[in-house]
Amino acid sequence: MRLLFREALLAFRRAPLLSTLSITTIAFSLFAVGLFGLVAINMRQALRGLESRVEIVAFILHGTPLETITLAADDISKFPEVFAVGYVNEDSALAQAQAELEEFKDAYRDLEINPLPASLEIRLKEGHRDAATVAAVAERLQGFGFIDDVRFGREWIERLDRLRNVAGLVGLIIGLAFAAVAVIIIGTTIRMTVLQRAREIAIMRLVGATNGFIRGPFLLEGAIKGLLGGLLSIVFIYAGYVLFGRNTPMLSGLIFFEPPQLLLGILFGVALGLGGSLVSVGRHLRNV
Amino acid sequence: MIRFNHVSKAFAKGESALLDVSFRVAKGEFVFLTGHSGAGKSTILRLIYGELSPTSGDIHVLGFSLPNITAREIPRLRRRLGIVFQDFRLLEDRTAEENVAFALEVTRARPDSIASRTSRVLTQVGLAAKMHALPNELSGGEQQRVAIARALVLDPPILLADEPTGNLDERAMRGVFQLLRDINAGETAVVMATHNLDLVRGTNHRTIELRRGEVVFDSAVETGQREGLA
Repeated sequence: MRLLFREALLAFRRAPLLSTLSITTIAFSLFAVGLFGLVAINMRQALRGLESRVEIVAFILHGTPLETITLAADDISKFPEVFAVGYVNEDSALAQAQAELEEFKDAYRDLEINPLPASLEIRLKEGHRDAATVAAVAERLQGFGFIDDVRFGREWIERLDRLRNVAGLVGLIIGLAFAAVAVIIIGTTIRMTVLQRAREIAIMRLVGATNGFIRGPFLLEGAIKGLLGGLLSIVFIYAGYVLFGRNTPMLSGLIFFEPPQLLLGILFGVALGLGGSLVSVGRHLRNV
Repeated sequence: MIRFNHVSKAFAKGESALLDVSFRVAKGEFVFLTGHSGAGKSTILRLIYGELSPTSGDIHVLGFSLPNITAREIPRLRRRLGIVFQDFRLLEDRTAEENVAFALEVTRARPDSIASRTSRVLTQVGLAAKMHALPNELSGGEQQRVAIARALVLDPPILLADEPTGNLDERAMRGVFQLLRDINAGETAVVMATHNLDLVRGTNHRTIELRRGEVVFDSAVETGQREGLA
């Protein structure tokens, strides 16, 4: 074990320039992936904001007893998709309309009879705000005898669905492309390290070192480089976030990665370093 | 210790490197492999240490059957062979002592024995005073001695030397050759590939001469036949 660490660390001392190059390459590759990740999580956050506005309004027939409404609201709140149910009586509906619809303010003020019905406003849980689920819940609500009409802005929700699907697909493709490019660049960098030490590997084999023994220091070296590259990439991404996110008013409100996401990024770097080394050394050992 | 039985080796292009080669090397024997470049000397050595597989025939080295050897067994075979090359193959950024110790470390020798074993073989090859020198601070002959020390440190019963004096001047060549003879005197079998016939003629060691992959002369066979006739 001591030899494994010594040989791995010696590699940094023997070829400081190449090691720095490898770490920087890993850092920049992960920086590109990370920047994209940052855009993706902020887009997801923005979509969540839009999604949170998804609401089903069920208008109640005039004269329905409050007790019936309360019991039904309790039932509805137990639907697995439902996050919250709010009751808006006729007076509140009028007040709300007067407050929100400025252009009809005067018309509403002169009314002798309130034409607006009471309603139940139903908000859905995250993950249940797609058009199909919303339509299914709306249909179930129609089953209550006292419900006159159900509205949920079908077109708007369907458009949101499409946006979410396109964003998800584009995100996945670009994310995979970035990750693939990172893997190729990192693999090439580590291959350079392996080739630089080809002579040492040949000597190790001649004196009877096993392939497992030869691989060990390279894997550790790759993992260390991945770790350092991962940490450096976080510094770069954070610097970019501070530089652009905080100083550009248009981009205010941007969110940064949560600690578990950062940890995942570092682990991804370690996995890349480890995987790159495994492939490069494996290929080299097969060919010599 | 080494047995070649009707061994042939052809490379991918169909070129025959060895053709129906048979010989045995006994414990403690010193054998020269001679012949021009491309005659098949190095191919025989590479077959012995498992870098190449024969196209046909059987090879047995120290109990290992080489056509059937597994990838896992090759390191075990090589730990029992000392191998020396014309170009020394030393690690340039490590001292003589570290180069020798490296062979022990990669074969997972006991850490507390490494320093004493390294020192012993470096003394044996006459380099005790230069154990902390880097290869580029040593002469060609000294570098070859470090390579021999590295080959010896695992106490191999067989030492393979592929043109070990090819890069050396006359004086260094004599010194290295004498060192190999001293090692052989200690019961280690030595198989040395060389095209230096002066070196061969000056001794009475067994000589196997190759020409275009075929054994054209084996002094052991000639002697046996002469003794048989007598």
